[in-house]
Amino acid sequence: MFHIYCPHCGEYREEEEFHPAGQAHIARPLDPEACSDKEWGEYLFFRKNPRGLHHELWVHAAGCRKFFNMTRDTQTYEIKEVYKIGEQPSVVAE
Amino acid sequence: MSDNVAVEEQAPAPATVAIMDQRPGPEIAGESPLHHADLDSLAKQGKRQGGVHLRENKLLGHLTLRCNQSNSEQLAAVVRVLDVALPLQPLTSVEKGDVSIRWMSPDEWLIIVPGEKAFEVESRFRDEMEGHYSLVNSSGGSTVLELSGNNVVDMLKKSTPIDLHPKEFPVGKVVSTVFAKSTAIIRRTGDKRFELVIRRSFADYVWLWIQDASREYGLVVDA
Ligand SMILES: [Zn+2]
Repeated sequence: MFHIYCPHCGEYREEEEFHPAGQAHIARPLDPEACSDKEWGEYLFFRKNPRGLHHELWVHAAGCRKFFNMTRDTQTYEIKEVYKIGEQPSVVAE
Repeated sequence: MSDNVAVEEQAPAPATVAIMDQRPGPEIAGESPLHHADLDSLAKQGKRQGGVHLRENKLLGHLTLRCNQSNSEQLAAVVRVLDVALPLQPLTSVEKGDVSIRWMSPDEWLIIVPGEKAFEVESRFRDEMEGHYSLVNSSGGSTVLELSGNNVVDMLKKSTPIDLHPKEFPVGKVVSTVFAKSTAIIRRTGDKRFELVIRRSFADYVWLWIQDASREYGLVVDA
C-alpha cells in the first residue's frame, strides 16, 4: 500500500482513495492537424515505462477529486515527491 | 454561439439560471433514502442502550458550491447569503445556527441548510454572487447520518482507513473518503460524535454495514 500525500488536502491518505492516471506531462500538440501520423500516434499511444524514476498523474478520487503529479521510483516503489499540475518536478532522472 | 451572446445581453445573469423549488408540496410526503428502513419505528421499539447511536438527519438542503477562493467579491457574497464565511483551510468546516459548510476541495464546498430553506438560500445566491461559479442543489442525492456513542470510533475504524485519533481528527475536521466499499463525507461534530454524508444509492448498503459493524457494541437508533 502507498501512503500518499495529497498536495490539495495537505495530508497523507491511503492508496485506496487514489487512482493513477498514467504518465504525467503529456502535452497535447497545439496543432493536431499539422501532426504526422507518427507524431499523433506517439502522443496518443506511446508511453514511457522506465525502471526507476517516473512522473505520474494521480487523482484523489475519493477525496478532493483533484489531479496532481507524483514522482515515483518504479523499482523501489518509493514516492520521491508530489507536486501540483502546472508545476515542474524537482526530482528528475539524470 | 451568437445566440447565446444575444440572450446574455437581453437578460441579467441571475434570470438566465433556471432554478426551482425541489421540495414537493405539502400533499406529498418527502421520503429519505432510508425511508424503507423505518428508523422511527426502530427508535421506538429498539434497544435504548448500546455503544453506537445512529440518527438520520433526513431531507436537509444540500448545496454544492464551486467558486474561486481568491475572488474576494464571491467570498463576501457568501457571507451576505449565509452570514458565515467559507472555510478556506483544507479539511475544515464551519457551523452557524442552522447552516454548516464543509471544505470539499480547493474550489468546492458542501453547504447544508434546513430542507425548507434550500430554495431560499439558492435564490439568494443567484442574486448576490457574481462571476464564474456553480451552485447545485443536490439534496435528493444524499442523506446525513449522525453517529455517536462510546464505541463510535471503534465502529468507524472498521469502515474507513482515516486516522480518527483526536490529535489527527479534531472536532470540525471533515474528510471525503472511502467508507466500507462506498464513499462518505465524514465530519467530527463532537468528541464522540460524527456526521456522515452518504450517497442515496448507497444509503441502504451503509445502513446494513453500520448495523453489522455495530453489532458487538449494540446499536441504538435515535429518532
Ligand atoms: Zn486531496
